[in-house]
Amino acid sequence: MERSIDKATLSALESAEKAGISTVWDRCAAQVPQCGFGEAGLCCRHCLQGPCRISPFEDGPRTGVCGANADIMVSRGLSRAIAAGTASHGAHAKHMAHTLLKAAKGEAPDYPIRDENKLKAVAARIGVSVDGREINEIAEDVAMKALEDFSEKETPLTWAVTTVTKGRVDTFLKLGVVPTGIDSSIAESMHRTTYGVDSDPVNIILGAVKCALADYAACHIATDIADILFGTPSPVATRANLGVLNKNAVNIALHGHNPLLSDILVQVAGEKVLNDSAKAAGASDGINVVGVCCTGNEIMMRHKIPMATSSVSQEAVILTGALDAMVVDYQCIMPSLAGIAECFHTKLITTMPIAKIPKAEHIEFHEPDAKECARKIIEAAIVAFKKRDSGRINIPDISSTAFAGFSVEAILSALSLLDREDPLKPLIDNIVSGNIYGVCLFAGCNTVKVTQDANYLAMIRELAKNNVLILATGCASGAFARHGFMTPEATEKYAGPGLKAVLTAIGQAAGLGGPLPLVLHMGSCVDTSRAADLAVAIADKLGVDLDKLPIVASAPEAVTEKAVAIGTWAVAAGIPTHLGVVPPVLGSKLVTEVLTSTAKDLFGGYFIVETDPVKAAKTLISVIGERRKGLGL
Amino acid sequence: MKQIFVKPEKCMGCRSCEIGCAVQHSKDKDLFSAVLQSPPPMKRLFLEATEEIMMPVLCRHCEDAPCLNACISGCLYRDEKGLVRRRKERCIGCWTCVMVCPFGVITRDGEKHIAVKCDGCYKLDMPACVRSCPTGALVLVDIDQFQQEKRHRLVLAGTEREV
Repeated sequence: MERSIDKATLSALESAEKAGISTVWDRCAAQVPQCGFGEAGLCCRHCLQGPCRISPFEDGPRTGVCGANADIMVSRGLSRAIAAGTASHGAHAKHMAHTLLKAAKGEAPDYPIRDENKLKAVAARIGVSVDGREINEIAEDVAMKALEDFSEKETPLTWAVTTVTKGRVDTFLKLGVVPTGIDSSIAESMHRTTYGVDSDPVNIILGAVKCALADYAACHIATDIADILFGTPSPVATRANLGVLNKNAVNIALHGHNPLLSDILVQVAGEKVLNDSAKAAGASDGINVVGVCCTGNEIMMRHKIPMATSSVSQEAVILTGALDAMVVDYQCIMPSLAGIAECFHTKLITTMPIAKIPKAEHIEFHEPDAKECARKIIEAAIVAFKKRDSGRINIPDISSTAFAGFSVEAILSALSLLDREDPLKPLIDNIVSGNIYGVCLFAGCNTVKVTQDANYLAMIRELAKNNVLILATGCASGAFARHGFMTPEATEKYAGPGLKAVLTAIGQAAGLGGPLPLVLHMGSCVDTSRAADLAVAIADKLGVDLDKLPIVASAPEAVTEKAVAIGTWAVAAGIPTHLGVVPPVLGSKLVTEVLTSTAKDLFGGYFIVETDPVKAAKTLISVIGERRKGLGL
Repeated sequence: MKQIFVKPEKCMGCRSCEIGCAVQHSKDKDLFSAVLQSPPPMKRLFLEATEEIMMPVLCRHCEDAPCLNACISGCLYRDEKGLVRRRKERCIGCWTCVMVCPFGVITRDGEKHIAVKCDGCYKLDMPACVRSCPTGALVLVDIDQFQQEKRHRLVLAGTEREV
């Protein structure tokens, strides 16, 4: 199997091979064959009487020591993965909420409220009064409401029930899956999957769905507060891929997830004193900040910061020999970075008290003096730059233009140029007419188990040709950005005639002189909530629930537990969701059946597991067709 | 001649060899399809464990093979690589081979009513069980070379003792 279809990644891997440096691809090859019990989800280490495992082939014991059978083991494992994903998005969102609170109280002067309209819109939605009140008062109430959503309340999660259709809330209530707290849902999942608690696989899965809905709320809080503090994104043009590194600049890569760190660092990186200091060190172009992974998406859409690469190829940025500092917060940061940075002059800088890496320099980031921390980090990068070995620089001259930052607000504002009174109408009219056959949201990661980006590109070609409107978040955005699919040219080249006509009409009205890009970049992985908002707006406008819409989702190269959580809430939201890698559930026929079939009866959404990207795209097109038929289109 | 040898001191009892074997003998030779296959594929080697030791037990493809000698229907034969294999259509399910195998590694396919045994993964360069073993407890070795290496290690150990 080819490692990647991204030529920049391949060039960096070639450098690694020559230098005898092993990367994630080598480490994966060294792990193969991976454990069949693990791949089938049939091992359990939840108690000290284990580890237990059950053969997937009906030989050997049919239960673990406690009596748990394959169905229980698989459902418990899935539930814990979702809980871990929710804990990740939850921590991200909680961090944002605490900072908003500090900002409102004047304790974090580096975080002014940048988008008062968004603050007021969020406040109005969650029942915080707005009229005649100071911005800081509103912000404090919104932050407190957000923080309340983390503990166990007597009432449903505010962010889960105020952001979806009435029909969804009714479905969730009926099935008993409405969460009352984000952290408490995670705790409940851990409790019910420990030794001797919940042994009904279907009940365990419904509990996991509840937790996944808490994940949805966490994602939504993270998006809302990021917009409030840093501004709601609107489309910008920038570039993506390793070619965005500049050999004449101090190159700093921001990697991880939370804009609390990256946005401030970007603001500070423009300061004259620091740039002068970089120039004095010999970097004639000053400081060049680039993004990696989801925090890269955050600064890409708000500050036009170019995207160096996505999560699976994070090591490649260091392998160029031109990276002076890799600054990380949390999530998807491979511990291997420290060893690779050691092979070069690159400074790996950790910033979060909960995410340290031995051999990295730890410069702890505090919100009350955020800019000062950011300056220290940049100074460390300038020091590292001086040690750069120019003989080892290999920056592949490869990058693509990418338009990013299609928040729901930005999409509606573009649509309002076609219909000022009723911005959604042109979108809905075109869905009804079939110009837009349906919508597909791509989310999730890149994985070493699939040739990097291959699934994304194979699927989008098929879907776009069939007039499916494409949205993307997370590292899915990264893949499309690096390969030039977030451009008007890609629309010209790949979109079917209906889709092309619609994207061109909106693009012309917006004064772009051409169509909108083929893929609308909606943001980071937490910003998958933006896609949900768009779907909810369409559903409300049409007066039908989400499970009737011709909308599908796909995570063709998923890796993380966060992706499992997002996929699960997408299914609960009524969206048929494709996975391009097989999750560890096939060891239980019952669980597999529940996820791929029974879920359809309960929620309308369900998982479609298909490793062949072209077949997957064809399946999604036929699912959209079924949905259209259901709506009489 | 190459043989699959077991190094019991390296076996952790993970049963990955059993899974690898069953997958290799499934229809699509892929774990995920194999899990969904009905009836499920059968493994040809077996992890056995006592308090002190654990190791997979598998067909030795004996040079004077009792199973081959006892097979009355002409099902079992020795192929050009020296592996004892089946002509499945000739098996009459008399279980004589099961009775005489000193290792207990010939089993019964309850669906097809025929005997099932290791075929040494004759189509592969590396048998599935060896490939699946994460610790190197299962190895494919040339017997002559294996002996030679063992003698060499013995001499080496003697030298080290003197140092």
